[in-house]
Amino acid sequence: MNPAIQIKNLHFSYRDIPVLKDISFSIKKGSFYIIIGPNGSGKTTLLKLISGIEKHEQGSIQVLDKPVLNYSRKSLARNVAFVQQKQPSDFSFTVFELVLMGRSPHLGILGVEQEKDIDIAKQAISFTGVDHLVHRKLDQLSGGEQQRVFLARAICQDPQIILLDEPTASLDLAHQIRIMDLMRKLMEEKGITVIMVSHDVNLAAMYGDDLLLLSKGRIIKKGLPKKVLTYQTLEKAYDCKLLVDKSPVGQFPRITLIPQRFLKNA
Amino acid sequence: MTTIKPYLLKKLFVVSILLMTLLLLSAFLGLSMGSSGYEFKAVATSFVTGNFPHTSPDTIIWHIRLPRVLLSILVGASLSLGGLVFQSLLRNSLAEPYILGISGGSAIGAILGILAGFSYFPGIGLFSFAGSMTTLVLILILSSGHAILKKDSLILSGVMVNAFCGAVTMFLISLTLDSRLHNVMFWLMGDLSNLDLRQVLILSFILLPCFAVIFAFSHSMNLMMLGKESAHSMGVNIKFVTLILLAITSLMVSATVSTCGPIGFVGLVIPHLFRLIIGPDNRVLVPACILGGGAYMILCDILSRALPEQGEIPPGVITAVIGAPLFILLLVRTRR
Repeated sequence: MNPAIQIKNLHFSYRDIPVLKDISFSIKKGSFYIIIGPNGSGKTTLLKLISGIEKHEQGSIQVLDKPVLNYSRKSLARNVAFVQQKQPSDFSFTVFELVLMGRSPHLGILGVEQEKDIDIAKQAISFTGVDHLVHRKLDQLSGGEQQRVFLARAICQDPQIILLDEPTASLDLAHQIRIMDLMRKLMEEKGITVIMVSHDVNLAAMYGDDLLLLSKGRIIKKGLPKKVLTYQTLEKAYDCKLLVDKSPVGQFPRITLIPQRFLKNA
Repeated sequence: MTTIKPYLLKKLFVVSILLMTLLLLSAFLGLSMGSSGYEFKAVATSFVTGNFPHTSPDTIIWHIRLPRVLLSILVGASLSLGGLVFQSLLRNSLAEPYILGISGGSAIGAILGILAGFSYFPGIGLFSFAGSMTTLVLILILSSGHAILKKDSLILSGVMVNAFCGAVTMFLISLTLDSRLHNVMFWLMGDLSNLDLRQVLILSFILLPCFAVIFAFSHSMNLMMLGKESAHSMGVNIKFVTLILLAITSLMVSATVSTCGPIGFVGLVIPHLFRLIIGPDNRVLVPACILGGGAYMILCDILSRALPEQGEIPPGVITAVIGAPLFILLLVRTRR
């Protein structure tokens, strides 16, 4: 099967500052792919390049067997949805109107929605479990609820690939798990390829089929979680002391931070 | 949840019918009322019979008030629409042509035109059009490049441009001789009585296509209200849409301001009012602003003619008296 995303020899600079250097990897269709790495390692930039928000000059990015730069905005939006980390929340659309906007790439210039589009929006809304919030406005929702609304909008876009930029950042533990389970369900039930940037290496270990570890714009390691999440690779990427063992819950690595005051004894 | 049906077209239809009725009613009032008395019956008779006689009160109605009412509609519609576009494009609820300084630049141009002794149309019109386009370019350069979509930089540069234009205007006034001072002052206060029917038609040929283009991009405006990158990921070509909308809106606003003077706050009052009543969907707000803004301007103009015992209050004064308190209210609310 052809990969959902194939990236070869990608270099990218932001106003002469190199952000990504010699990136090559591919993402299997229908898999849960998580990109991890320290702050400023180029994770978000990588997502922006895949979604066409930033344009690369060196190397190649193939999205569903076609170079990303050859897509029109609309046709790319029909295939790739992007849930950003920062969303403005100071406007007055209702949750339903917001989710329904996900249909735009499938509609004409005025975006006149048909009954079918309303149905798709309703399904997306019940999939992420925000049915009870449809008439509310975004700024009346909690962070976790907002995140599920944006997720519903992405699903409503009916894409083959969903990109997420740290969807669990600043959520409490229950909401983190809920979002991650939702993404897993999305992948399993709808066959959507999920590509996520995450700060949380433990969540990545639990949910990712494949991982990509970035540091300072370079790939440190890619592949199965147990291959990527080793003490050596993580220490190299994050430049701090960690303990990696096996989680008692399942067969995946567990990463524990080691505070300074315990290091002398170790 | 299960009761949600496709609502856009229905909403569009209902809002348009209601506001069209309001607009026609206001136009009827505008034609009937004035300093020479109230002639409801004459106006109604002419409409019913299709017969527009040329006797004295009728001449006033069809040759003086009709162009004025039509101009009010165009001015109200384009200023409201200008406010709506700037507000969604800049994601700033306080954005408005007058506040951004576009009207100020137009004023400089118009005063130069008056001082040079040109006629109102097209001479002064072209001068003030050049003035407002210059300030718009200036504002865009000041808040340049990526910052176009940033909130505060554009408002701040608008404030600066406004202050500068105000100073230049004062300077020009101080040079003005008595005979022309009256013209300058009246232009500055906003004046809807300068154009004849032919000139109003010319203006409408400029404005109506602008209205159509803005309506065509109203859904893109919706998506852009969710943020630049969000809109991008839903298939909107941000640069293209921003550029087209800015250019079209500036053309529309400066064409308007050049004919009627800097009438302020209409672009603030009308979009906010309708957003409160019919929600934030620009696809409904665009026609609502055109029809409702037109009606609002006619009503303000009626007030300006009917309130004083003798003469007129400039319509710009009426709109400012209504609009400025609202601006302060909004400012306080967004600060919260």
